Amino acid sequence: MKLSREEVEHISLLARLGLAEAEKERLREQLSNILENMELLKETATDDVPPTTQSIALQNVFREDVARPSLGSEEVMANAPQREESSIRVRPVLE
Amino acid sequence: MTEELSRLSVRKAVGLLGSRQISAVELTTAALERLHQADSLLHAMVTVTADDALAQASEADRAIGSGRTSALTGIPVVIKDNMCTRGVRTTCSSRMLENFVPPFDATVVARLKGAGAVILGKANMDEFAMGSSTEHSAFFPTHNPWDLSRVPGGSSGGSAVAVAADECLFSLGSDTGGSIRQPAGFCSIVGLKPTYGRVSRYGLVAFASSLDQIGPLTKDVGDCALVMNVIAGHDPCDSTSVADSVPDYTRSLERDIRGLRLGVPREYFVAGMQAGVEAAMRAAVARLEELGAIIDWDVSLPHTRYALAAYYIIAPSEASANLARYDGVKYGYCHMDAGSVWQAMERTRQFGFGPEVKRRIMLGTYALSAGYYEAYYLKAQKVRTLIRREFDAAFQKYDALVTPTSPTVPFRIGERLDDPVQMYLADVCTLPINIAGVPAISVPAGFAGGLPVGMQLIGKPFGEEVLLRIAHSYEQATSWHNMKAPAPGSLDHAG
Repeated sequence: MKLSREEVEHISLLARLGLAEAEKERLREQLSNILENMELLKETATDDVPPTTQSIALQNVFREDVARPSLGSEEVMANAPQREESSIRVRPVLE
Repeated sequence: MTEELSRLSVRKAVGLLGSRQISAVELTTAALERLHQADSLLHAMVTVTADDALAQASEADRAIGSGRTSALTGIPVVIKDNMCTRGVRTTCSSRMLENFVPPFDATVVARLKGAGAVILGKANMDEFAMGSSTEHSAFFPTHNPWDLSRVPGGSSGGSAVAVAADECLFSLGSDTGGSIRQPAGFCSIVGLKPTYGRVSRYGLVAFASSLDQIGPLTKDVGDCALVMNVIAGHDPCDSTSVADSVPDYTRSLERDIRGLRLGVPREYFVAGMQAGVEAAMRAAVARLEELGAIIDWDVSLPHTRYALAAYYIIAPSEASANLARYDGVKYGYCHMDAGSVWQAMERTRQFGFGPEVKRRIMLGTYALSAGYYEAYYLKAQKVRTLIRREFDAAFQKYDALVTPTSPTVPFRIGERLDDPVQMYLADVCTLPINIAGVPAISVPAGFAGGLPVGMQLIGKPFGEEVLLRIAHSYEQATSWHNMKAPAPGSLDHAG
């Protein structure tokens, strides 16, 4: 499975990973190599096999919706890179 | 004398503290002295909280003085830097979280504090736990105390080295594909990955949520059992933690292993396995047989060969989703010099993440993207079912499986750094266990060319007691766990 330059750029856009030019070429080679190793999976017969998403028998886990103490907003906001009073400051999404 | 104190096992130290032969402040001071002396060469630690630790130790002494002790009162511990510690930065060894100070404790951290443990600081790791050597730390690589030119394994390399070098009495790591067991094997200590759901993941920075599990790294098997008593159990904050009652794991140390059926799956003696590792393993299995276990060498788990490929689809896919949260808005690194919101996000992720994290995000995004989802992600999840069924069938016949923890001894720093596929192969014996969600422990099983070899014991879901029982019997019959890495800076390392 050889990845094209365009595919690498498309995936990096989906993942919002800004990549430098040199990184794109290195990743194209490395990911192609890794994906080639994945081809092995095609050997397995899985038509009638259900997928496993997690390994324990738990299904939905419910709890009562009860109010309980939580962290204060100041504590929660303390790690925000940009703040304005009690709000997190972000760049405009619509321009 | 004081420096010797940090060499103690947890259980010995608990005894000496209880009988007032030593104080918690003496013990913590000794560990901090050892840490300051050794870590300038080993680089196991990202953050050391000496003042907090000494304050916690004083509190432990007061608790001991008034007879209010818990299981770990006064015991110095190191935490992998992907578990949240209230008020102490939690970096994941990433630029992205370099200055992140959590406002809460992970459940395991809260449990350790509740049991009286003294937290010395946070251990180095591969960035976001992605790696097998701790070279992918954004800050610095950690060195193996048995040979400073070699890696300690990873991703919990700092946690393993801190224990092996007596910078602490035990540590916590996390294991997504071998990240506790492989460094434990590389550093000649004990490391347990519990069954998925046995230990709460609340406050563990997520890597691959269906595979991640927290566990102890300790100097011997008895300490492992003791720490499990403290950290295992249901947590309402983690809905994937199970409600099953937690046994007293230390009780499992009391029984011998006569009559236990152990299988040795041939697929784990892989191509590329070093002769010295294979020899050590054969000797270790022979020792288990002498102890009364019934060994079957003729076991086959044919889907083992697909585990690596399935893992490197499933884990990066989950990672790409989990790491989408790092957008520079709510917390973490934020690239200020950008125009649009999208450019800011891309620059934040370009400079905040290192090369291995980017590689895995790319791989996972690709496997989940339109047109490839069925061929990669869904296919890997179906293979996951086949691997789990194979383990379930094996455990109908065997009480546990025995394999090497890693096909090689610790490799040289830099040797695999530019070859991701070679690096991924370092976990070939450990990652099938995470795919199946079963427990496994690595114990010291000798040396090859002076470098540690680990033996992995794999158990049924929630079968940690049997693993501890086998591991303890083996440990009692061998002396590998008593051998100490040469002290850094000593004559042993000068040559």
